[in-house]
Amino acid sequence: MSDVKKIATRESYGNALAELGKLHDDIVVLDADLAGATKTAIFQKAFPERFIDCGIAEGNMMGVAAGIATTGKVPFASTFAMFAAGRAYEQIRNSIGYPKNNVKIGATHGGISVGEDGASHQCNEDLALMRTIPGMTVICPSDDVEARAAVFAAYEHEGPVYMRFGRLAVPVINDNPDYKFELGKGIVLREGKDVAIIANGLEVAESLEAAKMLAEDGIDAKVINIHTIKPLDEELVIAAAKETGKVVTVEEHSIIGGLGGAVCEVLSEKCPTPTLRIGIKDVFGESGPAKELIAKYGLDAKSIYDAVKNFVK
Amino acid sequence: MNKLDLMKKANDIRKDIITAVHAAKAGHPGGSLSAADIYTYLYFVELNVDPADPKKADRDRFVLSKGHTAPGLYAALAERGFFPVEDLKTLRHTGSYLQGHPDMKHIPGVDMSSGSLGQGISVAVGMALSAKLSNESYRVYTLLGDGEIQEGQVWEAAMLAGHRKLDNLVVIVDNNNLQIDGCIADVNSPYPIDKKFEAFNFHVINIDGHDFDQIEAAFKEAKETKGMPTAIIAKTLKGKGVSFMEDKAAWHGAAPNDEQFAVAMADLEKVGEELCQM
Repeated sequence: MSDVKKIATRESYGNALAELGKLHDDIVVLDADLAGATKTAIFQKAFPERFIDCGIAEGNMMGVAAGIATTGKVPFASTFAMFAAGRAYEQIRNSIGYPKNNVKIGATHGGISVGEDGASHQCNEDLALMRTIPGMTVICPSDDVEARAAVFAAYEHEGPVYMRFGRLAVPVINDNPDYKFELGKGIVLREGKDVAIIANGLEVAESLEAAKMLAEDGIDAKVINIHTIKPLDEELVIAAAKETGKVVTVEEHSIIGGLGGAVCEVLSEKCPTPTLRIGIKDVFGESGPAKELIAKYGLDAKSIYDAVKNFVK
Repeated sequence: MNKLDLMKKANDIRKDIITAVHAAKAGHPGGSLSAADIYTYLYFVELNVDPADPKKADRDRFVLSKGHTAPGLYAALAERGFFPVEDLKTLRHTGSYLQGHPDMKHIPGVDMSSGSLGQGISVAVGMALSAKLSNESYRVYTLLGDGEIQEGQVWEAAMLAGHRKLDNLVVIVDNNNLQIDGCIADVNSPYPIDKKFEAFNFHVINIDGHDFDQIEAAFKEAKETKGMPTAIIAKTLKGKGVSFMEDKAAWHGAAPNDEQFAVAMADLEKVGEELCQM
């Protein structure tokens, strides 16, 4: 994939905020001393008066964002996934979720691809946590195009939204004229009849690669990008399960409670189907270059290929 | 409203609190009663609010950070005309809009849902910051418990308020000296409260939270204070007005039974009669 353009979705987040800021003067961006890393610095540079650095106090930042939202402005509160969904879970639940305050949470550095910082900063639980909050929309975009679209859609959506972005530069896979982002609607990226691979985030590109490898072995894999985990596109998931009879979920997140959990909940109730969950297997991560960790934890194309092949045989 | 009328209204609000908590068979009377005079002053003098238009854009905001004393807030809102006083008897009942803790989605006049301690002050800071961003003149008030300030988030919020020089923000601490497990000084002392807020770049005013002259002077001083937020540390008596509840931590979160209800209402009726003879 060396010839493919790569960009980290956190970069897309910062760019989209700056772009949106030009269009809407009610956007306020908050950060907690990580503007350089979350890329909100791009917005800060363009609109310093609408940027609030709350310092290293994420719980307070979520409350401040909630207060701003009650006055009609649209705050985007940004920090690492660990400190948003993790540390500030209860502030998000009680000050944003319960009162349905119109706060957008931009959580960067999601998953194990944080890399060298290690387990303390690799949040593999955020989507599970955020998914349990009633009324919370949860998005995990797969590339630059989708991340930008997600930020725009989040602004248009009335209500709390959690968006997960990544640190690692990932291939741009949605750069085509037919691409359309719709909250809660999955996208079929490849048709196939033998197995349905349902992925999100950077695992969408890995899954597409795996599908190509599977095709060489005569296994015809359908690949679906579920960028919105909540609300989940149940219709698409069930249709794919019926069509292929075998489902694999792939995510850079714990296999508990994230995309795998969400898909299994739907299928077990509405269309019981043999399902394999590929993700972080209920363990903490570790330090190392992102690409190495993705391979070590079984999330690269080759590992997905091996696991799917074993699952369908 | 003159001082005597404020005292009468505060006594009515105390009766409403006891009535609501008795009807709910649960709730938090102690800290509602200690803050009753502050609620009264806020809703009958200080706040620019309109019961006919609870969401009007330029209204002053009030966030009850110590959300468990919702019976006091609800009583003040009802007495001010935001909803019928009679509805207070539905407090905490299944299906009632008067939830155990403030719910901005369903209660007219409630600007923020609260209850999880430490969170309301952050929201108030956000409201005050928003007013500054768009040059709006409304002011923001938030009421905290003295036990609540043990929450670290309170100081995260205070730091940002001081740093941002939010002179449109007034933080009131209901210093009734008691929390669930006992005296705040014994559990985990937040004292000196005034010095702490001073250190966080607040203008600090210490008052007797049951003296309307002092309450009035403090809010006036807060309005005149420029370039920094104000913290009003109001020394109060938990359970104020009800003989057997006064200064008793046990009445933090317990409802009176029928017998106790009768005694409590008699205590307050007596105060009411005395006020009528003044």
